[in-house]
Amino acid sequence: MIRVQAENFDVGAEINALSEGNTAIGGICSFVGLVRDFQHTKDDDTRVSAMTLEHYPGMTEKKLAEIEEIARQRWPLEDVLIIHRYGRMEAGENIVLVVTASAHRKAAFESAEFLMDYLKTKAPFWKLEEDDQGQGKWVDARDADDHALTKWEKSQL
Amino acid sequence: MKVLYFAWLRTKIGCAEEEISLPENVKTVADVLDLLRTKGDAYVEALGEDKVIRVAVNQDYAPLDHPVKQGDEFAIFPPVTGG
Repeated sequence: MIRVQAENFDVGAEINALSEGNTAIGGICSFVGLVRDFQHTKDDDTRVSAMTLEHYPGMTEKKLAEIEEIARQRWPLEDVLIIHRYGRMEAGENIVLVVTASAHRKAAFESAEFLMDYLKTKAPFWKLEEDDQGQGKWVDARDADDHALTKWEKSQL
Repeated sequence: MKVLYFAWLRTKIGCAEEEISLPENVKTVADVLDLLRTKGDAYVEALGEDKVIRVAVNQDYAPLDHPVKQGDEFAIFPPVTGG
């Protein structure tokens, strides 16, 4: 299941809701992405007090649903949950939650990492960071994220 | 055709969405980008050769030679930075 929302989410409540009543689940893996209070640049670290996530309504849901479908075909998953927030968030707040549930841990671990790698390079979200003076700066995409994706394409062979 | 702009492309061009009509000779994503570059300095700047941009047609990523038609939803945005 995918959800794109402005509101925060409760990680524990989401995991409980997902596993409740499904006793075939033997393991659950979760990843929570947070707003970090610094951005590492070439020269030094800059402070980040908040960020605004912009997204492309419609395409976001479409891409997340595709990503979930690919993961379900590739691993034996009992359930998948992806929540991604948009709007303004302060440092320390939740941005994204990925939860994967399977009979065994390997599928849960691997698919959670896969979902995050795919989401970071395919889902149409853009971060505008604010420093402590309130100055906004669009975050540049990272080559490392593209490289992370290549790993999964190679191992598909 | 509806054209959507996101992130710094939206701020540079100065609008989030506009409607354009496609002349006969505009058949691909590359043709649409060329057409938009005739609309003024802000477009030339935002869609310059030195800029890394992505295009989606009807909410799927589309390469430069992807065909387009009136009625498509055409979106231009920077490489994504979610997660």
